[in-house]
Amino acid sequence: MISNLAVLPIVIPLLSGILAAFFHKKLPLVRFFSKFMAVLNLLASLWIGLYVLENGSVILETGDWKAPYGIILVADQLSIFLVITTNIIAAFSVFYAQSVLNEQKEKYYFYSFFFLLISGVSGAFLTGDLFNLFVFYEVFLMASYGLIILGGEKIQLRESFKYVILNLFSSMLFVTTVAFLYSVVGTVNMAQIAERVQEADQGGILTTIGILLFFVFASKGAIFPLYYWMPKSYIVPNPVVSTLLGALLTKVGIYSILRVFSLIFIHEPMIQQLFLWLAALSMVFGVIGALSTYNVKLIIVYNIIPAVGFMLMGIGLLSETGIAGAVYYLIHDMIIKAALFMLIGSLVYAAGTSDLRKMGGIIHRYPYLGWTFFIASLVLAGIPPFSGFIGKLLLLQAGFEKDQVLLVIIGLVSSLLILLSMIRIFIYGFWGEEPDSKNVPNKKSPSLWPAMSLVLISVILGAGAEWIYPHIEDISEMLVNRDIYINSVLKE
Amino acid sequence: MEILMSILAGILFATGIYNLLQKQILRIVIGTGLISHGAHLFILTMGKLKRGAPPILTEGAENYTDPLPQALILTSIVISFGVTSFLLALSYRAYVLNETDNMELLRGNEND
Repeated sequence: MISNLAVLPIVIPLLSGILAAFFHKKLPLVRFFSKFMAVLNLLASLWIGLYVLENGSVILETGDWKAPYGIILVADQLSIFLVITTNIIAAFSVFYAQSVLNEQKEKYYFYSFFFLLISGVSGAFLTGDLFNLFVFYEVFLMASYGLIILGGEKIQLRESFKYVILNLFSSMLFVTTVAFLYSVVGTVNMAQIAERVQEADQGGILTTIGILLFFVFASKGAIFPLYYWMPKSYIVPNPVVSTLLGALLTKVGIYSILRVFSLIFIHEPMIQQLFLWLAALSMVFGVIGALSTYNVKLIIVYNIIPAVGFMLMGIGLLSETGIAGAVYYLIHDMIIKAALFMLIGSLVYAAGTSDLRKMGGIIHRYPYLGWTFFIASLVLAGIPPFSGFIGKLLLLQAGFEKDQVLLVIIGLVSSLLILLSMIRIFIYGFWGEEPDSKNVPNKKSPSLWPAMSLVLISVILGAGAEWIYPHIEDISEMLVNRDIYINSVLKE
Repeated sequence: MEILMSILAGILFATGIYNLLQKQILRIVIGTGLISHGAHLFILTMGKLKRGAPPILTEGAENYTDPLPQALILTSIVISFGVTSFLLALSYRAYVLNETDNMELLRGNEND
């Protein structure tokens, strides 16, 4: 009975999304309903989180089909932490949405797509079955296609077409890879795959499958050299949609890499070596991208790439400290990226342009926005005692443990350059004099408190590391000793 | 038989990718359709093409087909069906609004 808990974070938003579609034109009702359900979903996942912390993983075997045969959902600590983070972001975004979307967009199924996206993302975190991972990928991708073209402007249609094609291609590759893996190990249950990969003496073909899967996840996670689709398609939609896509979707890719490459494909050290190279290149190219543009939205989007590089570095090191660092950084990055996308949305709104050269002096009119953005930049760059620092500290420590000095240096330099790219926004956008105030919109500005609260949570995540770190340590121990996961699922 | 099917899936993938690399939007959509057909055929082949009884456990049932790949294909077909129809609607809108179906002209520039 209690194992049914694991399905709640998928079912609540799924049903809410479907229900919201029925009264999509009654705005006061749909707004209230969405806020209520988003908060309810957050509370439900917090409750499951507490239950998991006390009693260990919740494993749901749907329809009572025993583990390797039926479809299973696994709410272990890692999954449930990420689900909670997702729902925190979702709850704040739904409050932010009303102030940045116009009524037309709200009426045309924004809330339905929003809930379906959350449902898919939570499902991807919770599933214990590789084929279902693909299905949940499709669920949130379909919702993201809907969200990204919401409004249907010229440029949106142009960029989202490329986004859809790329994701469709990598999804098809995902199915093909699952078929490959099925032909080798004869199962799609992740725990059983892990067990059989250990036994099967077929290094070559399994490495090929591993790299194919990495290609799929990396193109969703925007790792070098597969990030080319991301910058343009993440800046065209509405700020709240950018928030959801930037904070959640790329991180699902990273989570999948973390799960699959700490559980299944650890037979070949070359894969981990590849990860370290790509991590370093992602950091370098992401930072170059962030420094190369004057478009504030693009700067933030490019900043996703070095962050992904940091997490990949932790996964590539595959030591307990490294994985702990990657998990910590993952949670930190989801929250702070959501906050930054919201703040940038407000900034672009306040300035009336997204070109840094045309803005200035915003801090005179919007002091709170300015200072929240400043704190968020420090958090992102990893200045102690904020949460970015703890994650980076763990990652760099793990790098030294494995003698990857060059990687550590690249990481440190790129952190400094991330700070530079953020301070550039601060100097050009917030300081100085406003060029002319003729393009100042006189509508109510987007609400600031959701972004402020997210920054606050992020600060707590850093300052309260003492309470959170033991759980992160547990997670990394579980990921490194993969028998814990296998035994908990297959109950041997 | 498996070899033949694998080659067929390979041909579908190759033609799909060729179409994906074209400039015309409609060709790209057809390309994605061909690739998904290839993927589905591939899943079927990977579960071994066996003739025999349906996968229902009865006494004396020895040679039965593997039901899992079929379940996977059904799911995957439904998904690609939905995505393709969405993609067609999207490309029509993109064509109407941008007044071109040439991907070269849909590249965009740095300042927008």
